[in-house]
Amino acid sequence: MFLIHCPYCGEREQSEFKAGGEAHIVRPKQPTELSDDQWAEYLFMRKNIKGVQFERWVHTHGCRKWFNMVRDTSNDEIKAIYKMGEKPPTKYK
Amino acid sequence: MTNNLRVKSSKFIDETYKISFKFNNKTYYGYKGDTLASALLANNIHLVGRSFKYHRPRGIMTAGSEEPNAIVQLHKNTSRTEPNVRATEIEIYEGLEASSQNCWPSVNFDLGAINNFLSPVLPAGFYYKTFMWPASFWEKYEFFIRKSAGLGKSPTEPDPDIYEHKYIHCDVLIIGAGISGIIAAKTSAKNGFKTLLVDEKPLLGGSTIYQNSEHFKINNQISSSWLEKEINEIKKIDNLEIKTRTSVAAFHGYNFLLARENLTDHLPLHQRDGKVRHRLLKIRAKKVISATGSLERPLVFDNNDRPGILLSSAIEKYSNLFGVACGQKNIIFTNNDSAYETAISLFQKGINIEAIIDNRENVDSKLVKEIEKNNIKIYKGYTVVNTFGYKRINKISIMQLSKDGQKVVGSKISIDCDCLGMSGGWTPAVHLFTQSGGKLKFRDEDQVFIPDTYPSDQISIGSCNGEFTLDEILSSISKKLKDFLNIKKTEYENLEIQSHFNKTKRNIWLLPSDKIIGKTKPFVDYQNDATAKDIKLALREGFRSIEHVKRYTTTGMGTDQGKLGNMHALGIISETAGSKMGELGTTTFRPPYTPLTFGTIVGRNVGEYFDVFRKTPIHDWHVENKAKFENVGQWKRAWFYPKENEGMHEAVQRESKAARDSAGILDASTLGKIDIQGTDASEFLNRVYTNAWSKLAIGKCRYGLMLNEDGMVYDDGVTTRLDENHYIMTTTTGGAANVLGKLEDYLQTEWPELDVYLTSVTDHYATISVCGPNSKKIISKVIPNLDLSDDKFPHMSFKDTKIDKVKCRVMRISFTGEQSFEINVQANYGKSVWDKCMQAGKEFNITPYGTETMHLLRAEKGFIIVGQDTDATMTPIDLQMDWMVSKKKYDFIGKRSLYRSDTIREDRKQLIGLVTENPKEVLEEGAQIVADANKSPVEMLGHVTSSYYSPNLEKSIALGVVKGGKNMMGQKLIIPMENKQINVTVTDPVFLDKENKRLNA
Repeated sequence: MFLIHCPYCGEREQSEFKAGGEAHIVRPKQPTELSDDQWAEYLFMRKNIKGVQFERWVHTHGCRKWFNMVRDTSNDEIKAIYKMGEKPPTKYK
Repeated sequence: MTNNLRVKSSKFIDETYKISFKFNNKTYYGYKGDTLASALLANNIHLVGRSFKYHRPRGIMTAGSEEPNAIVQLHKNTSRTEPNVRATEIEIYEGLEASSQNCWPSVNFDLGAINNFLSPVLPAGFYYKTFMWPASFWEKYEFFIRKSAGLGKSPTEPDPDIYEHKYIHCDVLIIGAGISGIIAAKTSAKNGFKTLLVDEKPLLGGSTIYQNSEHFKINNQISSSWLEKEINEIKKIDNLEIKTRTSVAAFHGYNFLLARENLTDHLPLHQRDGKVRHRLLKIRAKKVISATGSLERPLVFDNNDRPGILLSSAIEKYSNLFGVACGQKNIIFTNNDSAYETAISLFQKGINIEAIIDNRENVDSKLVKEIEKNNIKIYKGYTVVNTFGYKRINKISIMQLSKDGQKVVGSKISIDCDCLGMSGGWTPAVHLFTQSGGKLKFRDEDQVFIPDTYPSDQISIGSCNGEFTLDEILSSISKKLKDFLNIKKTEYENLEIQSHFNKTKRNIWLLPSDKIIGKTKPFVDYQNDATAKDIKLALREGFRSIEHVKRYTTTGMGTDQGKLGNMHALGIISETAGSKMGELGTTTFRPPYTPLTFGTIVGRNVGEYFDVFRKTPIHDWHVENKAKFENVGQWKRAWFYPKENEGMHEAVQRESKAARDSAGILDASTLGKIDIQGTDASEFLNRVYTNAWSKLAIGKCRYGLMLNEDGMVYDDGVTTRLDENHYIMTTTTGGAANVLGKLEDYLQTEWPELDVYLTSVTDHYATISVCGPNSKKIISKVIPNLDLSDDKFPHMSFKDTKIDKVKCRVMRISFTGEQSFEINVQANYGKSVWDKCMQAGKEFNITPYGTETMHLLRAEKGFIIVGQDTDATMTPIDLQMDWMVSKKKYDFIGKRSLYRSDTIREDRKQLIGLVTENPKEVLEEGAQIVADANKSPVEMLGHVTSSYYSPNLEKSIALGVVKGGKNMMGQKLIIPMENKQINVTVTDPVFLDKENKRLNA
């Protein structure tokens, strides 16, 4: 079970959190102007990386804030955590 | 025949404390300090159980948690009965009753043993191959397979014991209190680390503590004496916590571990009441030191499973620790030096050794020489080819090994014996290490897997790291601890060590025999009766992956998880298939390391605490009035209120009729309520609901439909505008938490610019809904000052008012189609307002109704229930709720998905009403709907989602989803049931009061 450093509360057990899928997928500003394929790309397509992945997490049983996490899915190492709206650390890109 | 084999007293056994126990209904005696296994061996009992498949007689093989054979049932036919208990681990106590498993009628005469003679027709994968055909016979096969298989019986009565969970945080956790673990614990604690040391055994000191040999010395003291002093010292250290009888079950990532602390299993039953039996420790350690030791390997040869055949190290432990001789005519069979320690130790105690069989040809270490000096015959370069004796070994035959070790040569020699100790070298216990995500590497020189890369802040030390000799361990431990704990110095820098151990080993995974393999039974997995022959068969049939061979042959799938045999299985695969061990890898070691009871896992979460539930403020009234409850999410909701002799159907019919004829009352407190405030509240609602909100006047309510981004209906409910920038949203009971989560997600991540604040207020309010033609009269009695006229208080509006001095909000909204009023009051006034409504409604026969009647009433009106009539594949268009979808709004969650190529298909499943040809016939929810039952294959058009007998319409009604249903009004369809076909007609889903006249009646 991970120990996750919530950027608002500090280090907490994984059981207080929920994972929310891939990060940095921005909802299109004008969905009605997208083709079916473009909309499907936003709606359905997600990476499933073995290795370093950018994810969304929420401190459900805590401050209820969403934040981003960089995690290596091959060994569950959490490489970085940053707030929503902040730029992802470039060294893992 | 209770021949006492207690040959020499041991300081670990209290011979002044005699304990009586029963094994298979016969009384025996042992001493305090004995395990069931040592006590049985002292009584010269080896035969303890029968094997799983062939029902072969099996005895005690080991002296630890790796035991595959000696597993027993404790306290049969009582509430404390427990199956699969390892006799080698359970400490005896007064009144212990154990019995053999997997045998009938008795361990001495087991009918299942016929399988042993049938074994030529019971090869690997036998069940897979044989019981497949014909498929319809499976039920019959299964009955017999289940009856004859299975290890032990689970208890049928509630568990009388108490279990608990505990969180522990420490700087350093040390698993295993052998010599390495003790040294690590002392070093860690003395350097100021908060340290926890756990060991599965009742005694500290591992195998060194009973090591009395002059050949192994530390600082010129016998190793056990030296260690004993260390143990006495660590017991005095404050920041070191020591837990014995504590077995680590799981090692998860981020140094999170689960351990089971056994507190009462060694006590007589009458001393256990009121005490916690097991404690599940949830340990979070900054650093972990694994010192889990190693397990001795058996050797694989024909009939290597008879009672009386033990691991050599087990024989040594029984003799040194328990003072018990496992036999009077002992033979040791080995491929390495460690068995000579056993031999010397037996010899010193005066226990007779007939001979030593050594695979190796040239051996002349100090230990070997000492044996020879004492005139014990050593057969060098020999192997055992067979053993004899059905319920106890009585003879072995041996032959010389060829130079390459692939064949046997020369003539057979027979030697009588009553006990055979075998030693195939050692396997590091890396189970926990690999569970944590650690990767292993294979060391060719002695054929072992050892830790390679660590996924967290941890190390392995001692023999679990492949350091098997005293000098290897002690010469490296100091540096390891310094590096790991980041300290300058330890007390163990310059130990003087004497360790006369020759490391040579002749590793032959499957020892050759004079017979062809098909005629032999060289067991690899004892518990599951998997032999080397089975593994070779699996390879012949094309299995290559170790994981596949494991499942096909069931090697390593018993309660012992193959702790003894897995390495041999790998070795045999490697030799037969010509692949390298290191490349084959191991099977995955999964938690728990040793089995856990269910009690330990659930802890205190039993009975009403198993799954906590939520109660409304009016709950007690429902209980007093005999309501039946249903679970909705975590809530207990009143389902229906049966009067005398009423079943569910009668109660629901009566409640439904009363609600439409006069008045009904419902506790709707469980509906989710979210308080929404902020200058952008209206804009926010526009984005999350399908319909428009900007123009909703203050004081008005509106029904809203919420979609997922994929266009499918997610939740619904009425939202009320309390003020310019203040709304209160209601959600479905089960969906409340998820809706709040979803709204917060969008606010925080997609629209952080919106000024909106969300607060869950579900628990803050009690909600009482009074409906029916007389509802207005009742409410006017409860709140006389409130003007209830249709023009002052129209449908879909609310009023803030007071009942006596209690503030309340009354909403005129309806889920039943009747005129109805929903009173929301601060939760703690809920019960008193409910009582007031009941009192006021008495003259109108106000009838409390539960969720079932609520569902029936809304179905009459064709109102959907999200999650019953929808299933995450239904768009609002599919639900014929096009009117709910704003055409004007530029965007809302899910809008774009409503005109994807898939969602605009005309033949999607759409919501429709169904009436049966016979109005008395009620459909089954979930029943399939077809047009032509004779077509093959039958095309399934949809299914029934809601179905009731309507007492108000006096006919059966149903809602369902049907492909292209929207355009099928009036069409006849068929519901095929098991014994009949029901004819139905597609109708509009609204069955009652299409004109909404009753809302203002």
